[in-house]
Amino acid sequence: MIGLLQHVVDALALGSLYALTALGIGLIFGVMRLINFAHGDFIMIGAFSLVVPSSAATSTLLIGAWPAPLMVGGVCFVVIALALATERLAFRPVRRADPSVLLITSFALSFFLQHAVLAVHGGRAKSANIWPHLMEPILIGGVRVPQLQLITIVVTLVLLVVLVVFLRRTPMGIAMRAASEDFLTARLLGIRANRVIATAFAISGLLAAVVSLLYVAQTSVLSFHMGVPLVLFAFVATVVGGMGSLTGAVVGGFVVGIGSVFFQVVLPAGWRSNRDVWVYALVLLILLLRPSGLVKSKSIEEKV
Amino acid sequence: MSGSRLRSLLEAYSTPVLLSSILSLVVVVVWMNASGVLAQTVTDALIRVVLVVGLYIFVGNSGVLAFGHIAFTMIGAYATAWLTLSTFKKSFALQLPAILAEHQYPVFPSAIAASSLAAVVALIVGIPIMRLSGISAAIATLAVLGMFHTFYNNWGPWTMGAATLPGVPLYVDMWVALGWVVFAIFVAFIYQRSRYGLALRATREDEFGARAAGISIPRQRLIAFVISAFFMGLGGVLQAHFLGSIAVKNFWLSLTFISLAMLIIGGQRSLTGAVVGASVISAITEVLRLVENGIEVGGTTISLPPGSQELGIALVMLLVLIFRPSGITGGRELRLRLSRRARGA
Repeated sequence: MIGLLQHVVDALALGSLYALTALGIGLIFGVMRLINFAHGDFIMIGAFSLVVPSSAATSTLLIGAWPAPLMVGGVCFVVIALALATERLAFRPVRRADPSVLLITSFALSFFLQHAVLAVHGGRAKSANIWPHLMEPILIGGVRVPQLQLITIVVTLVLLVVLVVFLRRTPMGIAMRAASEDFLTARLLGIRANRVIATAFAISGLLAAVVSLLYVAQTSVLSFHMGVPLVLFAFVATVVGGMGSLTGAVVGGFVVGIGSVFFQVVLPAGWRSNRDVWVYALVLLILLLRPSGLVKSKSIEEKV
Repeated sequence: MSGSRLRSLLEAYSTPVLLSSILSLVVVVVWMNASGVLAQTVTDALIRVVLVVGLYIFVGNSGVLAFGHIAFTMIGAYATAWLTLSTFKKSFALQLPAILAEHQYPVFPSAIAASSLAAVVALIVGIPIMRLSGISAAIATLAVLGMFHTFYNNWGPWTMGAATLPGVPLYVDMWVALGWVVFAIFVAFIYQRSRYGLALRATREDEFGARAAGISIPRQRLIAFVISAFFMGLGGVLQAHFLGSIAVKNFWLSLTFISLAMLIIGGQRSLTGAVVGASVISAITEVLRLVENGIEVGGTTISLPPGSQELGIALVMLLVLIFRPSGITGGRELRLRLSRRARGA
């Protein structure tokens, strides 16, 4: 029973990270039909902003050495600035192109960002210990739960609530939802395309920054391809949840996260290295049973 | 055969004839003039052309993106290793069933068998997946790649797991690669002009119209998927016998991305685009690599800092996409006009 509760917390914490990442991808997909593979590199660069850029083997904390509120603000600033810059320089010029061109543009951007970091920081993984005290467990009803996992879950819930309020109650949020439904009509009604898309990128950057902090706090490891597994599972999650639906992205993130922990627990020891085979099989199964995802979005349905 | 029949035949097949001739010309020029290093580079580029043409057969004709094709490349590469490694090496590295462990098969039938295995796997996974549309299909193929990647990475007795499997016989040189490239180009062209290819291209242009005309979209996509997987597998076979070793980690996202990028940058809607994309990106990569190592211009050596090759290629890709979103060829085919009307015009 106690073991079960620990697994539940693990599953929810991993699901939270995937859900936040999937949400960052889903927001951009909603407004411009771009699947942004470079989102993982936003997370990666957020993490690297914690340390001094150098190719030395040992890392020195830069933003990571600041007091917590400044550190959070600093990382958010860096990643949001990066997200806005990529929108302006790389994605805006190809905005009208085919979705596959947008996707390949994000691949190329991802490749560029990874190798830029590789050139500056070198290929070896670095360590960045932020908030080590968060790894100490606390006791809840006789169960030792790492604080960080609880914080991850709480932060995710708070961000989800804030995002829902933003999308439903503020003019910009409503404009963004309108743009996701039907961009052309939204523009005809006077919604400014550039501003809506830039805002979506800023929020996406903010979500990426939060994921970098939570992820680094947990693993303490920085490497230039650390964003890849996150973005891969988050990408799968947005599709499983239902492409074009933000609720779907969150649901998909939790499904993939909970699925991973579930298989980790139930598979016999010898099979555990093959865990991801089962996670991908689950994804395939969901897609075959519900091709448009768990949460169906009206706007994405193809019209005759 | 009369002159005009020959002429119209040549005109009909001018695209693959021209593409093959240009690549052959490059190979001959390199063979006559250059060092072994350049020949290696050209071989590598030709193998990329096989992969990108393989990808094009499905992605280009159907208009559906696929992220999982590198799984077939990996299947082909390992299958040819199981067949062609010497029995001594097999007994050392792998635990295979007797029919594989106790024989060493000749390379050509092995190449066909290994590529066919990739095609059979594509047939099995394709039957359910080809019913999906658009982005769901793309993600489903990505899930297939994820499954095979993880599985091969842990399948010690057959793949040596995450370790590199060495000792694959080396026989692929520029000429062998060229031969297979020409074969791939002709098959891709014959397919795209066949009624199956035309039906699939119709579904790409207008899904509902094609369906109304009685075309079964899943079936047409499946046919292309299987042919495409054969050539992806063949690309893996060639790579294995060119490098002499294979590792699961090389058949993952970077190869997926670079092959897709080559196709899209060349122009995903034409065979010419596939060939041009693979050749141009390979050529630019090589030039950047040379410059990175230092190149002499007018007595002074210019060299770029390490890592600039990857940054440069990413920048070139971004610039092409920004300025020519439909690719270098814009979806047009290279063709020759010989008919009287065209000559008169």
